[in-house]
Amino acid sequence: MIVEGQAMKFGDKIDTDIIIPARYLKYTDPKYLAEHAMEPLDPEFHKKASKGVILVAGKVFGMGSSREQAAVALKAAGVKAIVAESFARIFYRNAINNGLPVIAVPDVTKEINEGDVVAVNVETGEVKVNGKVLKGKGITGMALEILNTGSLIDYLKRVSLKSTN
Amino acid sequence: MSGQTLTEKILSRASGKPVTQGDVIEASTDIVAFHDLTGYHVIEVMEKAGMVKVFDQGKIVVAFDHLAPPPDIRSAEIQGNIRKFVRDVKIPNFHDINVGILHELLVEKYAQPGQVIVAADSHTTTSGALGAFAQGMGASDIAAAAITGKTWLVVPSSFKVTLEGKPAKWISGKDVALDLLGNFKAEYFNGKSIEVEVKDPSSFPMDYRATTSNMGIEMNADALMFIPDSETVRYVKQMRGYEPKLVTPDNDAKYEDSYTIELDKMEPLVAAPYSVDNVKTVSEVQGIPVDQVYIGSCTNGRISDFEVAAKIMKGKKVKSRCIAIPASYEMFKEALERGYINTLFEAGCIVTYGTCGPCLGGHFGVAGPGEVIVSTSSRNFRGRMGSNESKTYLSGPAVAAATALEGKISSPGDVM
Repeated sequence: MIVEGQAMKFGDKIDTDIIIPARYLKYTDPKYLAEHAMEPLDPEFHKKASKGVILVAGKVFGMGSSREQAAVALKAAGVKAIVAESFARIFYRNAINNGLPVIAVPDVTKEINEGDVVAVNVETGEVKVNGKVLKGKGITGMALEILNTGSLIDYLKRVSLKSTN
Repeated sequence: MSGQTLTEKILSRASGKPVTQGDVIEASTDIVAFHDLTGYHVIEVMEKAGMVKVFDQGKIVVAFDHLAPPPDIRSAEIQGNIRKFVRDVKIPNFHDINVGILHELLVEKYAQPGQVIVAADSHTTTSGALGAFAQGMGASDIAAAAITGKTWLVVPSSFKVTLEGKPAKWISGKDVALDLLGNFKAEYFNGKSIEVEVKDPSSFPMDYRATTSNMGIEMNADALMFIPDSETVRYVKQMRGYEPKLVTPDNDAKYEDSYTIELDKMEPLVAAPYSVDNVKTVSEVQGIPVDQVYIGSCTNGRISDFEVAAKIMKGKKVKSRCIAIPASYEMFKEALERGYINTLFEAGCIVTYGTCGPCLGGHFGVAGPGEVIVSTSSRNFRGRMGSNESKTYLSGPAVAAATALEGKISSPGDVM
């Protein structure tokens, strides 16, 4: 799967309270969450992301809370994939479980600028930008199956159907 | 084969085969838990998947804490939905708004050395205090674990921390967590499991351990476990009336790296806004005027926290607003019986128990624009405790209590 879009760039340690503040966690509706994505940094984020973008970020993207709405909000706002130097473990799982590709690429913030067109190969982890190919960590195994099915919910449904057939 | 670390031992048992770092495994889960603010989401996932059922009712723990007591109609509705689920699915280990914060209840009543515990909240690492491999996960992962009793994990590498000596005056679990964050920064332990050995077990009691383990997630560690020892036995015996079975690493276990903290040489630490690893000594930030102090949370809402706060506040009055929230019914009761609640009340604190409210900017003391907060909770991210234009400094209970009395960031030594 190749995902393409313009880069929106952020720094290190983008935490879940930035991605979606706790006061919005009483609902799970993706549209509602999208409107508040990244609100503390940029209340207009959802408008800028709506054309379909690739988030580029530094270290431990998504650190902090287990709130699954963080992945839901970004995806619903228009984020097609996230390429970061590293991800916090819980956010990484939440992203996969909601069909949002996440690729760890060393030093990626040095290679990609705001607005660059980025093409991400989800399986191989290769990221094409400015005529260069950056090598990241692709998604494989069960994580890829979940991603391809669309979400962990759909994956669970499929597995339970298989086991009853 | 060389010996196993505690992490490897637990995950080998839980997956039914010997594991090494980097293995992707399916682990059986001993406890699956959630609270109100994530629980409704977990149940939604179960409903959407068409599987509203659990693998073993006795292994599910549910507690209301984030929205306790409900600050608005939607929160009350969320709790109502979860109560219905608990009735329908017949979950015995359900704790309504008057019992306590989930992670504190797991420590007091449920967690055992050697278990795999997963819960829909990042601070699940707290149960590592008893030597359980405890991880937070999102709602979908927890729904899957609750349905199947299993979860997939990547086996982390193991990192050893050794605590030596007796803690210097006013030093507790928070200072150890902040020392690790300040020295290693927030990304270093990503993909690692921290195992802490306490050389003199009684010098670093379970309350302190729970605080340090709680902040394992701020280090982005996969787990932060204290290697079970005589203090683990003492605590479980005292709280639950039985002796736990200990699981410990092999003597020849191989660690990726190690680090030693000399507790007797520490001074109180503070994390300045807006990052948990922006760590300073209290002397570097003292004098900064403070609007509100919060003593409580799953990080520092235990009896030893209120003991030190009461000692500092006894017979004095606070200059800043002060909110004090023991983490559970048991902690509140104990603090009440020992006179700490009365001391804090007379000093001018507002006291309740068992709610997460202020820590996440939820209710019971949300930070306003421009306000400065000193909090014993675990996060000082921008906007975490309320307004994006508020600032939070994280500290242990001694610095928090001294700060409340002075109305500015203060060292406990200055007021005693």
